[in-house]
Amino acid sequence: MTAALKLTDLSKTFEVGKSLFGTGKGRVHAVRPVTLTVEKGETLGIVGESGCGKSTLARMLVGLLPVSTGTIEIEGAALDNADPAVFGRKIQYVFQDPISSLNPRKTIRQVMDAPLKQLHNMSKPERARRIAEIFAAVNLREDFLDRYPHEFSGGQAQRIGIARALAAEANILILDEPVSALDVSVQAQVLNLLADLKSEFGLTYLFISHDLAVVEAVSDRVAVLYFGSVVEVGRAEDIFARPRHPYTRLLADSAPVVGRPLTAPEGKDAELPDPLNPPTGCAFRARCAFATEACAASAPDLTDLDPSHSVACFNPL
Amino acid sequence: MTAFLKLLARNRLALWGGVVLAVVIFLALITPLLPLPDPDVTNTADRFKKPFSEGAFLGTDHLGRDLLSRLMWGTRLSLAVGFAAAIIAATIGAAIGIIAGYYGGRTDNVIMRGVDMLMAFPYILLALAIVAALGPGLMNALIAVAAVNVPFFARNIRGITVGIANKEFVDAARLAGMSDARIILTEILPNVVPVIVIAMSTTIGWMILETAGLSFLGLGSQPPQADLGSMLGEARSALITNPHTSIVPGVMILIIVMAINLLGDGVRDALDPRLKSGALSRPMPATLVDRKHVPKPTGDGILALDDLQTQFHVKDRVYKAVGGVTLSVRPGECLGIIGESGSGKSVTALSVMGLVASPPGVITGGAVRFEGEDLVGAPYEKLRALRGNKVAYIFQDPLSTLHPLYRVGDQLAEAISSHRRISRADGRANAIELLKSVRIPNAESRIDSYPHEMSGGMRQRVGIAMALANDPDVIIADEPTTALDVTVQAQILALLNDLRRERGLAIVFITHDFGVVAQLCDRVAVMYAGRIVEEGVTGEVLAAPVHPYTKRLIDCVPELGGGRRVLAAIPGLPPMVDQLPEGCAFAERCDKAAPACRAGEVALVAHGTRAVRCIDPERAPRTEAAQ
Repeated sequence: MTAALKLTDLSKTFEVGKSLFGTGKGRVHAVRPVTLTVEKGETLGIVGESGCGKSTLARMLVGLLPVSTGTIEIEGAALDNADPAVFGRKIQYVFQDPISSLNPRKTIRQVMDAPLKQLHNMSKPERARRIAEIFAAVNLREDFLDRYPHEFSGGQAQRIGIARALAAEANILILDEPVSALDVSVQAQVLNLLADLKSEFGLTYLFISHDLAVVEAVSDRVAVLYFGSVVEVGRAEDIFARPRHPYTRLLADSAPVVGRPLTAPEGKDAELPDPLNPPTGCAFRARCAFATEACAASAPDLTDLDPSHSVACFNPL
Repeated sequence: MTAFLKLLARNRLALWGGVVLAVVIFLALITPLLPLPDPDVTNTADRFKKPFSEGAFLGTDHLGRDLLSRLMWGTRLSLAVGFAAAIIAATIGAAIGIIAGYYGGRTDNVIMRGVDMLMAFPYILLALAIVAALGPGLMNALIAVAAVNVPFFARNIRGITVGIANKEFVDAARLAGMSDARIILTEILPNVVPVIVIAMSTTIGWMILETAGLSFLGLGSQPPQADLGSMLGEARSALITNPHTSIVPGVMILIIVMAINLLGDGVRDALDPRLKSGALSRPMPATLVDRKHVPKPTGDGILALDDLQTQFHVKDRVYKAVGGVTLSVRPGECLGIIGESGSGKSVTALSVMGLVASPPGVITGGAVRFEGEDLVGAPYEKLRALRGNKVAYIFQDPLSTLHPLYRVGDQLAEAISSHRRISRADGRANAIELLKSVRIPNAESRIDSYPHEMSGGMRQRVGIAMALANDPDVIIADEPTTALDVTVQAQILALLNDLRRERGLAIVFITHDFGVVAQLCDRVAVMYAGRIVEEGVTGEVLAAPVHPYTKRLIDCVPELGGGRRVLAAIPGLPPMVDQLPEGCAFAERCDKAAPACRAGEVALVAHGTRAVRCIDPERAPRTEAAQ
């Protein structure tokens, strides 16, 4: 069976301070070489703090950002977005901010028509029938179709965003913080909808979030990103319960949980490393209680501890 | 469209401009049909006839040509050239701007540097150079005026396009399989058109003037053809002897340009979303108060709210953002207010110090007592003396609450000096002390940093330091950790907790996160649709919620360590606070709702430390006596 999504040594480097003719003054490695596989029908969660490169990674997967090095394979074929009409049928994206992902000057019908017309060349009656099907699947009323985006609440707009992604009939959806702009009661509605759609249409999800509890609740496997690198990959039920990388443990200990006393799990002045001036070796060592000389000398590679759990650490917990 | 016209008509000057311009354009359009003499026929015998003379209503010029006829034909020509130049400049400029802004990078750089070079020339010199190269003539003057104005449009539109091209809906269109050309035409252009219209409406008068200027110099329309500029130019030599020949075209230019500018300003004001949302209307220094009676004090804390009601009056709608909130907090205590967006928790917090923007905000009832003294309706000077001094705020986004152009140390010193006299050196020493108290490493060097040089967590520490600057008794923290990462959030929460224990601070902590409330707050009040639905000791409320909303909201939140699962969701949405239902606001979404819930007001009933606003609570709350 071919994997739905296979990333090999994928990385992204931004040049900063670029002038008109010269090259940049500095380079920021937003994503360091990442190798990951997402199986068909799986939900892979990606967690990390702001600036860890999770959105950059997601945007590369859908071709919105060019890749610096490495390859992306989608359902066994290399990523090829030369023809947007072909590419859009393979992989789709659901945005974080549901309102700004809808053009304020287009009706919902126009928004929904775009992928059907561009990707599937459907005629008008075909489109109307398909939109009715999709709207039924995401629990939206059809009389929304002639309204404009500002008339909707965040939760409704996010359903429309999901409906648009479904219209492309892609098998893989990249969900970039799809619920972080929503209130908790609405968040649960959207997460449950995503779970239903997945089983109904056999979709594969890459679910990006900064909320550990949400990721744990929806994912099969979770990858933890720190400073552009994957530091740990494991099954959702294991990774926060029994973290092996010190950073994953820090994340899990920092999440506010009802009934746990308030303690700052690390020194009060800990800061993320400076991306323009990255540290040698492991990027986490300055914040890590277990750092040794080996950590300063070179960066650890992601290694398998057991078939379902791998970690990039010289001294796993 | 009708809304736009209504908005435009409200602006008297713009309306007059529009009417005058419409009349002028109408007259220009029907000029060929009017029984006017030929404007170009000379009759030197009748030269310089005065206005209102026989056969020539406005008199004649130096060649005996009828001035009224020349004025009408000249206006027609000037308007046509002005509008044509504006449309050409707008089209070319917008096209350049959109392409530069959409593609960005090197394309943008090359195009915009070219535009900059065009702009570096004084416009009249550039226009003269273009006409000199092409030769005089009205068409060439039109080209020159259009070319001179292209950079203005290009720069304007490029700026707007850069903002739009980075919006997520453009990415979405790309993923829907649209080509670049189609994205520009169907996604970007509709969003740019209002800006083009605004820019055109404000520049078209200017272009008519420029065309007239070139004609005046003899570079535009060629004799005997009349336009307003050439009429002025020809009348120049007779300015003293026969002033009417200059005044007639001059007044027409004045009328046209004034009308266009007034209308243009009106169009801009009506179309610009920033102006529409009232950004230009200055809020008052304290929230308006309009209350019928003052409730008796009930709470005993240092800060006590009694039946506080805050509304927003927008046109004919009334948004009851806070519909009667009673709260109190004691020194050293942390009170959590939890609720979803729109539940009124932030407005409650801002009402305390009269910080809700007025208009549209109005405090319509209740009292806010600080150390027993009512602050609602207190004079501004009294509120100002308390703000940031006895009662301080911490806001969600420290990047937008700190001034980007001042060093953080100076901002801290200013926070102190606005309440007591302090020397520069003392201010700096105090600022360093404050930064140390919020555990900022290297406070001595960090004090000279600008806000953008700090990370989000560090900025929020500065925000907290600023709140602590005058040793307040109460801190109101409005979602202070929502914008922060979990590891940083844990640090900030621990800091706030230490501070309140060290200093005996009373904290009102507003959040939507149960985990945060559980860790920090002693008591919690749950808000829904502007009212408190449940209140009690944090541990008890979270362990055994009594109001159906609290219970189901807690069930919605996935908790770490629960593994993969289906979440409980609450169907539907909270009600809009401008159309609250009769009775319980949650009844619509509640699976226990009975007719009695919708019949009338449900009161907040207290049992010891626990209070609930429900006629059928989940479980009878324990009373203190029963414990």
